[in-house]
Amino acid sequence: MSIINARNINFSYPAKPVMEGVSFAIDEAQIVAIIGPNGSGKTTLLKIINGTLFPDAGQMLIDGKETSRWSRKEIARKVAIVPQETSVIFPFYAEEIVLMGRFPHFSRYRFEDKKDYRIVHEAMEKTDTLAFAARRFDKLSAGERQRVLIARALAQEPKILLLDESTVFLDLKHQAQFLALLRQLNTVQQLMVIFVTHDINLAAQNANRIILLDSGKVYAIGIPAEVITAANIKEVYDVEVGIDSNPHDGLPRLTLLT
Amino acid sequence: MPIYRRVTLTRVLQISALMILIFLAICVASLLVGSVHISPGNVFGSLVHALTGKSSLSSEEELIVFSVRLPRIIFAGIVGASLSLGGVIFQAILRNPLADPYILGISGGSALGAIIGILLGASSFYLGVPLLAFAGALATVFLVFIVAGGTRGPLMDNSLLLSGVVVNAFFSAAILFFLSIVNSMELRSITFWLMGDLSRASIKEICVAASCLIIGFILLYSQARKLNIIVQGEETAMHLGVNIERTKQWLLIVTSLMISVAVSLAGIIGFVGIMVPHLMRLVFGSDHRLLLPVSALFGASFLIIADTIARVVFAPAELPVGVITALCGAPYFIFLLKRNER
Repeated sequence: MSIINARNINFSYPAKPVMEGVSFAIDEAQIVAIIGPNGSGKTTLLKIINGTLFPDAGQMLIDGKETSRWSRKEIARKVAIVPQETSVIFPFYAEEIVLMGRFPHFSRYRFEDKKDYRIVHEAMEKTDTLAFAARRFDKLSAGERQRVLIARALAQEPKILLLDESTVFLDLKHQAQFLALLRQLNTVQQLMVIFVTHDINLAAQNANRIILLDSGKVYAIGIPAEVITAANIKEVYDVEVGIDSNPHDGLPRLTLLT
Repeated sequence: MPIYRRVTLTRVLQISALMILIFLAICVASLLVGSVHISPGNVFGSLVHALTGKSSLSSEEELIVFSVRLPRIIFAGIVGASLSLGGVIFQAILRNPLADPYILGISGGSALGAIIGILLGASSFYLGVPLLAFAGALATVFLVFIVAGGTRGPLMDNSLLLSGVVVNAFFSAAILFFLSIVNSMELRSITFWLMGDLSRASIKEICVAASCLIIGFILLYSQARKLNIIVQGEETAMHLGVNIERTKQWLLIVTSLMISVAVSLAGIIGFVGIMVPHLMRLVFGSDHRLLLPVSALFGASFLIIADTIARVVFAPAELPVGVITALCGAPYFIFLLKRNER
């Protein structure tokens, strides 16, 4: 049984179709990149996967069950998302933000117990955020905030982690750390990672599979070498690019020809 | 901002216990002062009588302590707690730190109801004016809901806020219209109602308000952790497993009922519901599991102090308590503003 199974999904916002006949299946815990031009439906697809939007037609199945039939709490235990940015209105501390990731796991009246704090501590350790656990979230830099949000998603202990441009604010060191962490979680804990990005080289180097979207349709899906071709990029993005092999790992590398 | 400390059950209980002690101390202090001088010994004597069941309310002093001061103190506490809780909840669901319990038009609606009641002579019936005020408040909340489109689809923060503002503005106009046509006797009783008056409530009414507060607090507290997540924003709340629409509607209904009861019995007392949650968040952080009990207790204490000042400064004349809360509230916000500028 596939972990994620999209069957012929159509979706439109009022008066604006966004997805048309999107179908794909992901059978094992892979690292999947979703790429495509602005407005091609990348973020919408993430929202359909985590059940904040439901398809107008077709089905989105997680572990064989339609997302509309999961309760919000059930789905939050399976799927976590790291948003691009969040607005903060009330002052919370970084650790409190990460603790919120435990919400789907406990009952109404309980306070967090030792296990919750242990999981939160580990998540913050992995994301290098322990140093500012006791600082106000709204006083952190964009990159620090992003790492706290990643820690919150990890504290949810999901099976599927969705990332919406989650590396844009990270400096080089933390980007490398984060990508290494994703690969480790993927192989050790069988965490499926699905990330949306504009950085095609980042996708080519880190994903096992790439989904290339073009105006709400799956234009290509497959391993990086199959999807990242000069012809595909020319067709979807309308730019001339050169594709060669990265000398370090042999994966496709894209260069803009302008 | 104080240093970060984890919110645990022990900490919530400890801080609440401390605030209850402070609250009780304020109650006792408030019992001791008033326009009639009663010596502390006599006040405690009548308290002991009451506790041992020997009170007969025979002496004039016991009558003043038990039938005048004590009910009023308890009522001030209930109203202060209700307004502060309402402020916390409305600020959270509207994701706006400047929201107050009246923002959805409850004040305007109940005032209009009360004024119509006073003009129609409902004051001569038992609960006449409060019931009309309550009806006005509920009708307004309902109206705001409809205008904001809450019956059709998702309830958006902004449309709720805007329709609250619009409905309130409309009612203010209606209130001004009535104020301009009434005679001076009615004008005085309306003005006192509008500024909040804690001396009117009877024991029965106090019991009603107390039950609403207790039930309201329990229902709201059961959502405390969800509130932490709701203030992170609609999308985030969904991602973390909160059914946001249902939770929000539920919170709005419970809070509106609680506030409507308080307002219909006490009139409009400004600034408590906006200032107390603010101050408590500043001191204790934003976790609602701690914020809700401390706001309720501090709000109760604060309004008792304000009401004590209102009945003492110009004794035997009394000021409307709303004047005192506004006199504290406005400088507080200037202080906040200056503090944020730095």
